[in-house]
Amino acid sequence: MDLLIDLIQLSIYGIVLGSILTLGAIGVSMIFGILRFAHFAHGDLMTIGAYVGLSFLVFTGAPVWWALPAGMVGAALTALLVDQAVYKHIRRTQPVILLISSFGMALVLRSVVQLVWGPNVYSYTGGIQRPWWFGDIAIVPNHVWILLAAVLIVAALHLFLTRTRMGKAMRAMSDNMDLALVTGIPAERVILITWILGGMLAAGAGVLLGMDSRLTPTMGWNILLPVFAAAILGGIGRPYGAIAGGMIIGLAMEISTLYLEPSYKPAVAFVIMVAVLIVRPQGIFKGTL
Amino acid sequence: MSLLLVADIYGGYGGADILKGASVRVERDEIVVIVGPNGAGKSTVMKAVFGLLRIRKGQVRYKDEDITNARPEQMVKRGVAYVPQEKNVFPSLTVQENLEMGAFLLSGDLRPRLEKVYAVFPKLRDRRRQQAGLMSGGERQMVAMGRALMIDPELLMLDEPTAGLSPLLIDETFGRIREIQALGIGVLMVEQNAKQALAIADRGYVLATGANRHEDTGPNLLANREVAEMFLGG
Amino acid sequence: MELSGIAAYLVSFFTFVGIYAILALGLNMQWGFTGQFNIGVAGFFAVGAYTSAILTVPESPWHVGGFGHPFLVGIAGAMVASALLGLLIGWITARLRTDYLAIATIGIAETLRLIIANESWLTNGVRGMSGIDRPFAGVFQTLGLTSAMGTLIVVTTFLVAVYFLVERARQSPWGRVLRAIRENEPAAEAAGKDIGRFRLQAFVAGSAIMGLGGALYAHYFGFLSPEAFMPLYGTFLVWVMLIAGGSGNNKGALLGAVVIWSIWSGSEFFMSAALPDAWSGQSGPLRVILIGVLLQVILISRPQGLLPERAPKTVPFGKVANRKERA
Ligand SMILES: Nc1ncnc2c1ncn2[C@@H]1O[C@H](COP(=O)(O)OP(=O)(O)O)[C@@H](O)[C@H]1O
Ligand SMILES: [Mg+2]
Repeated sequence: MDLLIDLIQLSIYGIVLGSILTLGAIGVSMIFGILRFAHFAHGDLMTIGAYVGLSFLVFTGAPVWWALPAGMVGAALTALLVDQAVYKHIRRTQPVILLISSFGMALVLRSVVQLVWGPNVYSYTGGIQRPWWFGDIAIVPNHVWILLAAVLIVAALHLFLTRTRMGKAMRAMSDNMDLALVTGIPAERVILITWILGGMLAAGAGVLLGMDSRLTPTMGWNILLPVFAAAILGGIGRPYGAIAGGMIIGLAMEISTLYLEPSYKPAVAFVIMVAVLIVRPQGIFKGTL
Repeated sequence: MSLLLVADIYGGYGGADILKGASVRVERDEIVVIVGPNGAGKSTVMKAVFGLLRIRKGQVRYKDEDITNARPEQMVKRGVAYVPQEKNVFPSLTVQENLEMGAFLLSGDLRPRLEKVYAVFPKLRDRRRQQAGLMSGGERQMVAMGRALMIDPELLMLDEPTAGLSPLLIDETFGRIREIQALGIGVLMVEQNAKQALAIADRGYVLATGANRHEDTGPNLLANREVAEMFLGG
Repeated sequence: MELSGIAAYLVSFFTFVGIYAILALGLNMQWGFTGQFNIGVAGFFAVGAYTSAILTVPESPWHVGGFGHPFLVGIAGAMVASALLGLLIGWITARLRTDYLAIATIGIAETLRLIIANESWLTNGVRGMSGIDRPFAGVFQTLGLTSAMGTLIVVTTFLVAVYFLVERARQSPWGRVLRAIRENEPAAEAAGKDIGRFRLQAFVAGSAIMGLGGALYAHYFGFLSPEAFMPLYGTFLVWVMLIAGGSGNNKGALLGAVVIWSIWSGSEFFMSAALPDAWSGQSGPLRVILIGVLLQVILISRPQGLLPERAPKTVPFGKVANRKERA
């Protein structure tokens, strides 16, 4: 019986983690679909979003959930800046050069966070929340809000991708770049929108991650591997697959703590990823990588 | 004034020239066909006209304006639409979304344009919510042509619109192309089904190793013994 | 600073340059020769370092050991262990796009760091492993040299050996096949080359070289902890060195190691001198930003690096096509 309760409890954590991973993985997947490279600075973009959100709260004294929109603005602007200052100039060469560049950019962004906010650990809210008890199952209020926020963000993105001209153009470009070109879809504009959305999603993941635990300069980097694992599992380049990938990886990471040290959680994500690469590299939903 | 005038162009994919003096002319509401053996450079001519590879020498004029090496986006804005030989639909988009993408550069209400395309391809209306990637080859070709028609083009460029289709569908496709012509649209197409294509064509070109070999009206080319033996399979 | 202090600094400086140059040569074999994207250099570096340490350290109550093997056995073990790791990763990702390789290598590097930090019985965890001897300290002592100087000599010897081996490999038919694969995979495949095998060979060879670098680091520094294998030190600097020097060019890898290590360690001096005291804690992130921005500038303005790659004269494939072009 105890095992069952543990399992349910961990599954709740898993869904919460999964929803955070999903936001990150959708961004990685979208950026890959359109720019054809694995964006290694995505984790640190999450960190930027989380810290910008924190600063907004500190300066304005606004309620905690304001960290989300504020962080989104911060990360979207950062992503645009990085793209215009750096990535834009190397896009014409091989995509793999962008990969190196983004790896360097990851370290730069993290160092900027350290420079601006210092190496300290922060949290959005002081104190520990009292959980709601349902029998033997405890649910932390924050977890409910995290899940809700993630669902809303994904739903908003879904509407954008299926209802707006620009959203459809993004899907078209990620489907077939050459055809998008001859159709007259303006690639540069779509790329800018992709960075804005990617940044916003990253900030979403970062702020929610900060709500779930705490803010550290390496918070985003530490979660990058599970985010990539989720994106690959869902089929990289397939934003909707990222939802399934995120949930599976999140659940597996949390449930693994029944048997493994919690610090091995990222390794669990890695092992699943390797298994996927061996068995079905295109992921569940036939990615385009 | 010709709609499109391609005069003696040279160019390739970065290496040696693939096109070595290819020329094409399309008048308003004409169907013009380019035929020739595999690898002759037919697709390359289309891509060169549409700005997808660099023309090193020679000229492309559209309605008397020099558009040599214009970017694809500018071609679309001028009213030229192009359907590539393969991978010519967005597979994860629905039929209607594919069509909408055709008109991305245009603002305003798309409904009248959609209606026009649905009038040429009634089947697409019934299947407008279906994912294009899940459709048959013939249906995809219709989606691709429909997408191109969304900008109300004056010139439609089709690269092998009947490749891989059943004889019945080939007939139907050529029928549609004549309907498109009847709308006042010039059509430049590359075709492997040369006999049938030349039969509906106003004029045709035979291209080999990147240069023009023959140029005549459709019927005359069909009647030409040399052309028939060398390029039309006897 | 006194003369002896300067001398000691120079010895340490060149030892690090030598170790990084070896890592950069290993990476050049993978990225420069074949375009394989290993972004987990730190992992191979760590495996080499810990393998050699475990094989050679005296018995300790905190972790496995006490095998007491000599230095050269440690080196050999390090190279074999890294090569096996490379074989595994390379095999998994052989048929996939290089982005997958990048993600897989960073995954292995991070996972190894977790293992090092958590499996105390093996590595003494975050407290680290100490008591790793410098190579041939006794011999050098009888020659009147310090153990640090001795290590520099050993590192230099290995560097020279590795350089000549990889340079030979580059000019050999094998190296030319690698380049042909990188430049034009379909043509190489059409010429009947087993692309996957050549790639894997290069990847494994590069991994072994990185393992060697790790082992030398362990024996020079004498102390290992997971900190040393963060992506910053283990991976990023090596990449910047190779790209700055010139990917594909072994001399470039050497030059890059000297230049970037000079900038990296020089910036430490400069910042401790130039920054106000209140900022002294910030010199770490500032230095990373400096190197990170430098990388971006190189990628944008001179992607071929300081010493661009020059292909050896003969070209194994596409001879016919070339001739046609010339005609
Ligand atoms: N993307 C490309 N890059 C390099 N060469 C190409 C490319 N596409 C076609 N070619 C070459 O150009 C020549 C003409 O090709 P193409 O125009 O497609 O012929 P066709 O359409 O007449 O069958 C062929 O020799 C082909 O190998
Ligand atoms: Mg063709």
